[in-house]
Amino acid sequence: MKIGLFIPCYVDQFYPKVAIATYELLQKLGCDVRFPIKQTCCGQPMANSGYEHLTKGCDTNFIANFSEFDYIVCPSGSCVLHVKEHLHDENNEALASQMRKRVFELTEFITDILKIEMIPGNFPHKVGMHQSCHGQRGLKLSQMTELNAPFFSKPEQLLSKIKGINLVSLSRKDECCGFGGTFCVTEEAISVKMGQDRIKDHEDHQVEYITGGDMSCLMHLEGILKRQKSPIKIIHIAEILNATI
Amino acid sequence: MKNNLEHSEAAAIFNKDVKRVDWHDETLWFVREKRDKAAFQIPEWELLRETASEIKNNVLSNIHDYLLEFESNAQKNGVIIHWAADADEHNKIVHSIMEKHGVKQMVKSKSMLTEECHLNEYLFEKGIDVIDSDLGERIVQFRKEPPSHIVLPAIHLKKEDVSETFHEHLGTEKGNNDPQYLTEAARLHLRDAFLTRKVALTGVNFAIAETGEIVVCTNEGNADMGVHLADVHIACMGFEKIIPQRKHLSVFLRLLARSATGQPITTFSSHFKTPRDGKEMHIVIVDNGRTTQLGREDFRSSLKCIRCGACMNTCPVYRRSGGHSYHNAVAGPIGSILAPNLDMSKNADLPFASTLCGSCTNVCPVKIDIHDQLYKWRQVLVKEGHTPLGKTVAMKGMATVLANPMVFDFAGKAGRFVMKNIPILVNNSLNPWYKQREMPAPPEESFREWYKKNAKESKDKQNE
Repeated sequence: MKIGLFIPCYVDQFYPKVAIATYELLQKLGCDVRFPIKQTCCGQPMANSGYEHLTKGCDTNFIANFSEFDYIVCPSGSCVLHVKEHLHDENNEALASQMRKRVFELTEFITDILKIEMIPGNFPHKVGMHQSCHGQRGLKLSQMTELNAPFFSKPEQLLSKIKGINLVSLSRKDECCGFGGTFCVTEEAISVKMGQDRIKDHEDHQVEYITGGDMSCLMHLEGILKRQKSPIKIIHIAEILNATI
Repeated sequence: MKNNLEHSEAAAIFNKDVKRVDWHDETLWFVREKRDKAAFQIPEWELLRETASEIKNNVLSNIHDYLLEFESNAQKNGVIIHWAADADEHNKIVHSIMEKHGVKQMVKSKSMLTEECHLNEYLFEKGIDVIDSDLGERIVQFRKEPPSHIVLPAIHLKKEDVSETFHEHLGTEKGNNDPQYLTEAARLHLRDAFLTRKVALTGVNFAIAETGEIVVCTNEGNADMGVHLADVHIACMGFEKIIPQRKHLSVFLRLLARSATGQPITTFSSHFKTPRDGKEMHIVIVDNGRTTQLGREDFRSSLKCIRCGACMNTCPVYRRSGGHSYHNAVAGPIGSILAPNLDMSKNADLPFASTLCGSCTNVCPVKIDIHDQLYKWRQVLVKEGHTPLGKTVAMKGMATVLANPMVFDFAGKAGRFVMKNIPILVNNSLNPWYKQREMPAPPEESFREWYKKNAKESKDKQNE
């Protein structure tokens, strides 16, 4: 089983430690994982801004880098959702469509494909889980509070089995953090207010860490936390899982 | 409309008063939670949503036949049917009915359609005095503001604001903020309107093709009070309000109030079928862009909307920006997919006033894929040239960088170099990110640089 590691462009550039954690974690779980070195971006920043028609170059590059892999795994619900919904190839749509089905977010890959139910380890901290909207409502990594349906959560299923972890229950379980891609600058006031409110919910529950499956949300929250000189730290779920195993 | 600011500008102003934003957010979140509680008491809730969605899909696919069936049955009931192609024709029809009866005063219960058509302004120009009888609407009418929410029109106001408004317009005691006192004053004021006005206008929640009757849902009973005491009842509806049969009403009435306010049902669900002896009943069926929207494959399902407002209450952006920032009769997520159909250039900012979090789609009782339509509107608006040139240039530049691994690698290195060595180029007041957030600290090397040095597989080395 050949696994292609798909790392969001901004993670590659700003949060290499998250990519390293993902890479190491997958290896520890016994995967044959490689990082195709010429990958760049899934094209989501353009597409969500209304420029989906400019993403063909990104699609072509993505397909060239990842077509040989059995699975494409990425530590971001948002980028995975974009590929799942929008990857196309005018010359070989069959391949693109197949690849859309082979791309997985890290935690769902662990729970659904590797069928791993727990990752042993110790993380004795109070942690709040901020599930990204694209991971949750887009990829359905966990149940959504709007629906009258039974609870489940793939990332929490993994986190909750780690020794010592104290996973808090937030007042607004799946409220958006306000990042939203270019929204974070075009609607700066609302974006920041949403982030501040999301942080307040975590503060009210006295967390030490805010974790999540998407570094984009966490980058936005981290920016606000740092400005507030808050002691709360940001940590990607891959970093927790990799540190504990 | 109150202002012509872009959504982001109006939202930034709204956010200057943090306490008020928090209050607005918490009030609407309270309604969202009430909705959850009411909805989750019904085990078949999700099935109900699906059923409503299917009924509405059927309606949209057979709208021509259902409208004719409705018209013919309503006419058999003695109702006069009018067809209006657009807002202007709608306003003219309503005015002509007033003129025919020589009446200069109207009492009106809530109708978002008349807000969409700007009927009040039109009638005012013609010298006709309109009193909105829904309490929230009366409050905003006094203040010469549009409603900020389709179900809770004055939700942007606190009781202190209402007290001040009533003091000015109804002569209530200055500084008396007691809700009961204020409501009593409004009640007496409206009672006079109900007793004296000869023409009553109402909206329509559902129009039943099978029977030719209309159903109006209110909590205050103001629609009934207006209609029963008037000689002429005018009901205005967008053509998508049709449902095929009376039995389908049971699905929608269970969904509407639970979704809107978390009540099991509105206090009044009033059926109007036939005029009383010697009285008149008119129904104005309005298109105003709906045919165009029906023809847009990606957006036609927005016409399934039953105007419950659940998407507004759950929307984290709406809760923090207020309804007026959407500069459209219908605000929030649903307004943002309806408004561009009416005027693309005026409303080009609205589909971007969202993080695409998707909560709206999940609460929608008729399962409109609201956030997907927001995404699709963005594509349309860009293609039709409604985006600033600077953004297009930036996006084209970005697309070039991201499509070319070599350029991407170089740009990344250059960017991190700049952030490390000349941070002022990034961390300045022109960067909206930096205004209230720190930039991420640039690492020594990118992941791909690390990988080239550290990857364990020999194959990867060959990749370089």
